Amino acid sequence: MKLAVVQPETPDAVEHEAPLPVLQLVGVRKTFGDFAAVEHIDLDIHEGEFLTIVGPSGSGKTTLLRMLAGMEAPSEGNITFRGELINDLPANRRPTCLVFQSLALFPHRTVGENIEFPLKVKKIAPAERKARALELLNMVRLPENYYGKNVMKCSGGEKQRVALARAFAYDPAILLFDEPLSALDYKLKKAMEKELKDLHRETGKTFIYITHSLEEAMVMSDRIGVLRAGRLVQVGTPEDIYNRPADRFVSEFVGEVNVIEAVRSTAGGWTAAEGGAPIELRLPPELSEANRVTVVVRPEFMRFLEKPDAADNALNGAIYNEYSLGSRIQYQVRVGDRTMLVELSRAHGWKGRFDRPVLVGWDAKDAIVVPA
Amino acid sequence: MADIALSSPGTITAPRRHFAIPAGLRCATPVIIFLLLGFVAPLVTVAAYAFATPRSFAVFRSFTLENFVTIFNPANSVWLSFAWSIFFASLTVLLLALVAYPIAYGLVRVFGKWSGLISVLFVFPLFVSENVRLYGWVLFFIKNGVLDGTLKLAGLVGGPDILFTPGIILFGMVYVYLPFMLFPMTLGLAMVPRDLVDAASDLGAGRMMIWREIELPLAMPGILIGMLLTFVLAAGAVAEAKVLGGQAIIMITHDIEIAFTYSQNWPLGSALAVLLMIIVSGLSLFVMSKLDLDRILGKR
Repeated sequence: MKLAVVQPETPDAVEHEAPLPVLQLVGVRKTFGDFAAVEHIDLDIHEGEFLTIVGPSGSGKTTLLRMLAGMEAPSEGNITFRGELINDLPANRRPTCLVFQSLALFPHRTVGENIEFPLKVKKIAPAERKARALELLNMVRLPENYYGKNVMKCSGGEKQRVALARAFAYDPAILLFDEPLSALDYKLKKAMEKELKDLHRETGKTFIYITHSLEEAMVMSDRIGVLRAGRLVQVGTPEDIYNRPADRFVSEFVGEVNVIEAVRSTAGGWTAAEGGAPIELRLPPELSEANRVTVVVRPEFMRFLEKPDAADNALNGAIYNEYSLGSRIQYQVRVGDRTMLVELSRAHGWKGRFDRPVLVGWDAKDAIVVPA
Repeated sequence: MADIALSSPGTITAPRRHFAIPAGLRCATPVIIFLLLGFVAPLVTVAAYAFATPRSFAVFRSFTLENFVTIFNPANSVWLSFAWSIFFASLTVLLLALVAYPIAYGLVRVFGKWSGLISVLFVFPLFVSENVRLYGWVLFFIKNGVLDGTLKLAGLVGGPDILFTPGIILFGMVYVYLPFMLFPMTLGLAMVPRDLVDAASDLGAGRMMIWREIELPLAMPGILIGMLLTFVLAAGAVAEAKVLGGQAIIMITHDIEIAFTYSQNWPLGSALAVLLMIIVSGLSLFVMSKLDLDRILGKR
């Protein structure tokens, strides 16, 4: 087992050296009849990175993953592995291994037999197979006496680990994950996310993970690709996705946000498309010509104001309800006929009286301006 | 129950409940009565007849092993009928497994939306009586019949002379019992999750390895049920050998029928029937015990 593989500090470092991407997708498209599940995807996947593809259900992420695994062939475009075209290479001859959402453990085989399956395919001697299986059990933090255990009698988290060990036994260059953690309860899921990232570090292999949860992606990934209706809307580091979302869809995907449509007024300033309140905003250079933009403000950048000039923007509203989010409190504020969300840390929160009139505001620098 | 609860203060209700018949048993009573009259009673009668004086109707009034002595007398060739029956039944099961597997696989994995229609086509012959269908085949294969006549009319040499041979008996049995193998097998194959096949392939396994390691073991419960069902049915088959085989081969079931009808020797017929039951159920249980179903099903 390779341990302590040197990881690139940031993807930028990789781009400087410009090595061959381990996996390259050029114009990849997949149609089923008239329906295009995946539309023209260009993507370079770097050696040893943890890339997560996020998208809502039906966005084509499973289809994309199945194409990488070799279970579906692309209708158009090319997939290359280290410069070699692998479009039509079947799954059993690809250097990829998929961890299924269902885990797809063989129910009639023991934990050991499951892990040894890819070794048996390679016709490795039984003694050597067993030694390797025990090694893998250690790696995924399962006790060695699980070797002879009925796989169906394992708990959810244990099955997860067996599926991981089996995938590592195949020794693929790239591991693919199809939301394998979705069936676990919250606490175990959180622990497994971190363990998966540790395993990524320890093995140095390329991980490609798909999920519908951006929160999950944020925890683990070096880079995140956001998929919407078969198209990659944005690919970037978790920080990019969070701080510089490409559009309203990505910004809303990150979490609950306040969205305000703004139009350029005749006087040269900006006003809310609904209501006409003046909005102060900072236009990014690429939108300098736009006449209509979407302003996205995260609830944590909103605050309650004493006076209207305490922030760049201020709106009159009334508190409708409050929700405890653990370390923070979220307030739902009715402004006109729309709802805005304000989040304060518990320390700064205050017990509001329902329907109490408040002034909510935010600074222009905290707002994200995306194309309308 | 409700009125017991209402009258409970003061009255002793608990001991009475001990004698109450549980609801499950009460619901099962009609079935139990039906099974006792329709299944157990005839079976007991047949067993009793097996020990009655030969060529008599002295059931329950005599006890003798004479019938079995007759059967086990080496001068008697009845053992040959047993052998033919078991041999043909085994061969039928083997051929059926080979014939039905590709069809079952197609129904589950290949035919897609046509599966329903194709299944119905396989069920359709069951709507017609077995004897009628077999006589249909006789008309098809008989000299100057459908096949032979048509070929001769077309100026060809005529059809093969295969009617009344052991081969045609086997054909008839495979034909008649196909649905009984096909549907349990289809169910068995449908129980193999698609993901497991994909996963095995993804882990490097080829077609044969997937079949041997994943598909076959997971479909085994269905396949075994199909084999057991067809074996028991085929061992009890009588019409195929009589109608298509034209008595080229005498099956044990035919011997039993003769004993009950022409020779009016009910005790001998019963003894043969009891023996057949013991042999068939013994063989089936032996084979089932050899195959570890729990392991196959992963319930170990």
